Amino acid sequence: MKPRSKRLVLLGGAVALLVGAVALVLSAFQQNLVFFHTPTEVAAGKAPVGKTFRIGGMVETGSVRREADGVTVRFAITDTAKAIPVSYKGSLPDLFSEGKGAVVQGTLGPDGQFRASEVLAKHDENYMPPEAQHAVDQAQAQKAAETVQQ
Amino acid sequence: MKAKFLVPLALFLVLVGFLGYGLTLNPREVPSPLVDKPAPEFRLATLAAPDTEIGLADMRGQVWLLNVWASWCVSCRQEHPVLMQFARDNVVPLVGLNYKDTRPEALGWLKEHGDPYSVSVVDADGRVGIDFGVYGVPETFLIDREGVVRYKHIGPVTPEAVRDVLLPKIAELSRAS
Amino acid sequence: MIPELGHFSLILALILSLVQAIVPMIGANRNRLALMAVGRPAAQGQFLFIAFAFGCLTWAFITSDFSLQLAAVNSHTDTPLIYKITGVWGNHEGSLLLWALSLSLWTVAVTVFSRNLPEPFMARVLGVLGWISAGFLSFTLVTSNPFERLIPAVAEGRDLNPLLQDPGMIIHPPLLYMGYVGFSVAFAFAIAALLSGRMDAAWARWSRPWTTVAWVFLTAGITVGSGWAYYELGWGGWWFWDPVENASFMPWLLGTALVHSLAVTEKRGAFRSWTILLAISAFSLSLLGTFLVRSGVITSVHAFATDPRRGLFILALLVLVIGISLALFAWRAPKLAGGGSFGLVSRDSTLLGNNVLLAVATGSVLLGTLYPMFLDALGLGKISVGPPYFEAVFVPLMAPVVALMVIGPFVRWKGDDVKRVLRLLAPAIVASLVLGVGIAFAIGHVTVRTVLGLTLAAWVLLGSAKLLATRFAERRGADVGTTLRGIPAAWWGMWLAHLGIGVFIIGVTMVNSLNERVDVKMHAGDSAHLAGYTFKFVGVADAAGANYDAARATIEVTRGDVAVATLTPEKRVYVAQQMPMTEAAIDIGPFRDIYVNLGDQLEDGAWVVGLFYKPFISWVWLGCLLMGIGGVFAASDRRYRRLAQREAAAAVAARQTT
Repeated sequence: MKPRSKRLVLLGGAVALLVGAVALVLSAFQQNLVFFHTPTEVAAGKAPVGKTFRIGGMVETGSVRREADGVTVRFAITDTAKAIPVSYKGSLPDLFSEGKGAVVQGTLGPDGQFRASEVLAKHDENYMPPEAQHAVDQAQAQKAAETVQQ
Repeated sequence: MKAKFLVPLALFLVLVGFLGYGLTLNPREVPSPLVDKPAPEFRLATLAAPDTEIGLADMRGQVWLLNVWASWCVSCRQEHPVLMQFARDNVVPLVGLNYKDTRPEALGWLKEHGDPYSVSVVDADGRVGIDFGVYGVPETFLIDREGVVRYKHIGPVTPEAVRDVLLPKIAELSRAS
Repeated sequence: MIPELGHFSLILALILSLVQAIVPMIGANRNRLALMAVGRPAAQGQFLFIAFAFGCLTWAFITSDFSLQLAAVNSHTDTPLIYKITGVWGNHEGSLLLWALSLSLWTVAVTVFSRNLPEPFMARVLGVLGWISAGFLSFTLVTSNPFERLIPAVAEGRDLNPLLQDPGMIIHPPLLYMGYVGFSVAFAFAIAALLSGRMDAAWARWSRPWTTVAWVFLTAGITVGSGWAYYELGWGGWWFWDPVENASFMPWLLGTALVHSLAVTEKRGAFRSWTILLAISAFSLSLLGTFLVRSGVITSVHAFATDPRRGLFILALLVLVIGISLALFAWRAPKLAGGGSFGLVSRDSTLLGNNVLLAVATGSVLLGTLYPMFLDALGLGKISVGPPYFEAVFVPLMAPVVALMVIGPFVRWKGDDVKRVLRLLAPAIVASLVLGVGIAFAIGHVTVRTVLGLTLAAWVLLGSAKLLATRFAERRGADVGTTLRGIPAAWWGMWLAHLGIGVFIIGVTMVNSLNERVDVKMHAGDSAHLAGYTFKFVGVADAAGANYDAARATIEVTRGDVAVATLTPEKRVYVAQQMPMTEAAIDIGPFRDIYVNLGDQLEDGAWVVGLFYKPFISWVWLGCLLMGIGGVFAASDRRYRRLAQREAAAAVAARQTT
């Protein structure tokens, strides 16, 4: 093969690889980005039904209930303004408890129940998952703003 | 110089641009209209004893901090150890403004986590908070001897904020008399 | 008093690092041997001072000196001694000091083991390392002083995060840091090559063992970290594509590319500027990784902004180190370019292909790691990029890498005949396809991933066997012992590391395809079944450790009538932080792990118990171990020492004749 055509083949290969990789990344982003919503947004119907996303907030005090099988847990996650009912089957993280911050990942059912596939509570007592804190702070700021307007 | 050798540098500069931009976005820096203005008057019942009331006038003559907190506030938990340390160091009085909270919950919260406050006052309907221009909890106000707000910290107080901002400002205000 | 001594010692180290950064560089430029010679003692002295400072900090932890802020926050009188020591680097300030310590350790190693380098080159290498050290030490001293006092002292410390109180965490950070920082040597060699304009096969031969050793440390560090996550986080996951893990994985990927690109530069003199760029990038990603993790910028942009001074210092340091070296690259690399040409089918081209693929894979991981941060920084919303993204991108990019990796060693340098290679490998190709599909059917789990994984694993194993056979066939007639001795260590290194990839793929594929898990509610005396095993919940008793209280369950595992193991998972509460922790219990086996964790106790006295069956999970770590051992073999090849000596002699002779 002539050096010239060899160069072309190599260059073509590189470009094809790059295009392929970019396409791969874009499609993976498209399908797998997990968006984050606050309970207020979910309650307002701004979250998609049937698609995986995350909700952050606090586990509402007094809301945690276990089903008879012992492993299905129901609780509500709240940003102090709105609360969303969540069901989850499996072991909960060590630091999951009422009144503490948590982030749940899963899908919203048509009945408004959030079916969590994952419950995250970060492994440090003083630590608040940033998404959870964000949700609560935002709800508070909004509340405060509304009060001022009245 | 061949252009293709500049590509890595160009890519890197774009990355730095993003990182730098990320740094400038400080969500806590909200200018407060209240800074360097007299603090709003208030007279509220204390958390510990509902029949005792204290107000701005009682604090006159000393430099003090007003910390807005609530038992429902998540970020307050984060700053709590810092406040506890601050109270132990016994620098200036730390007054808590218990914002839109209920008395039992607030007392329970202090019992569980410790009470850093010289005294806490109850602002159940949030009226005083609004006067102070509180837009989220926690917020912390530094007030001088004449009752003038000298500094406002939005969000959880960090050890760095105490060390680098609050303590120097307190020292300055205590000297200037 | 002792912390003050440590602080002072650290300042002296900073001064020495500046001496090491400036004086030898000037000497190299003016060709003054006396100035160049300053580098070594400066580097060695700096090491002594940093080690002393580190010792002082450790002493404060061991003696529970809670007038030292860092000890008060990260230690406790009741903490076991070993965790008092590891507490030293279980935090931002201490880990920076560990970073500086391992950098100076590497620098000293360079001064000791690379005596044969030409003086000016050595001076430049030490100068570059000195600048990095100066940057790090001043960052530590200015923004993150580990010797900060806490006045008045507190009576009791807050204890180390219980998650970090684990044997894996004792060695994980030092290994990881030795790996991260080890790439600084390859980086310094690359910058010295750019500065001196000299870059040839000898240069590659000097850089290779250093790069390989750093890569071995990084491999070991990542493996230990992953093992730690597996048994400590309590639900049997071992890789999460979490930003912290990605931060160590990206330098590993580029380091792997660098190790291979250096091979081409050594053998054929090709890929020179690409090798330099990889050396710069691998170290840059190490820096970026350290900082991203340490600054908390990834978990939250806001956490970064709470101490803008730290953030700014970090960014300035990154910009300086990476910016200057990339600018230098743009300026000087065109002069270094060149090297032998090669055919489309050649070992060179397979290595090039893999290099590019690895670089692209690194880019995709970087993008996935930083993208959420960018969106957040721009106020476009909060998102998270989870394992599905990484798996969707990473698997298709790495599959061709593995396929090519096996072909490479069969192909000749410079150019080869496609038909010859195909003839050589056709049986293995067919056999691995058959095996991949066949085993997938046999285990009853036919998915694209499983078939792909099994085929690739078979391909690697068969390819390795074939490669060994070919190597033996070359020396027909000689007895086995002679043949074995005749094969250089570097070849064994390559062979073992590649074999390790195959073993690793088997582990990953099997555990992802066949792992089983169930969460059950159990009273004392209850039994549960999973994957052919019976789990009998005997009961829960109280237990206590040095600084925690625990509820310890006893679970008897049987298979048929045969007793397999008695497992005792715990639910601990660490006293100082009142932090609950799940301590899983594992029965490790060559073909499966049985993994049990203890969840919450329910109102009726029953417990939630998590039961896991993890087939072939040990193979994941076995594969990594083989890669690491391969690296050790590769770095210990005799030719590095022999050739280095010969070249040094030649250089001296050349200097005398001119």
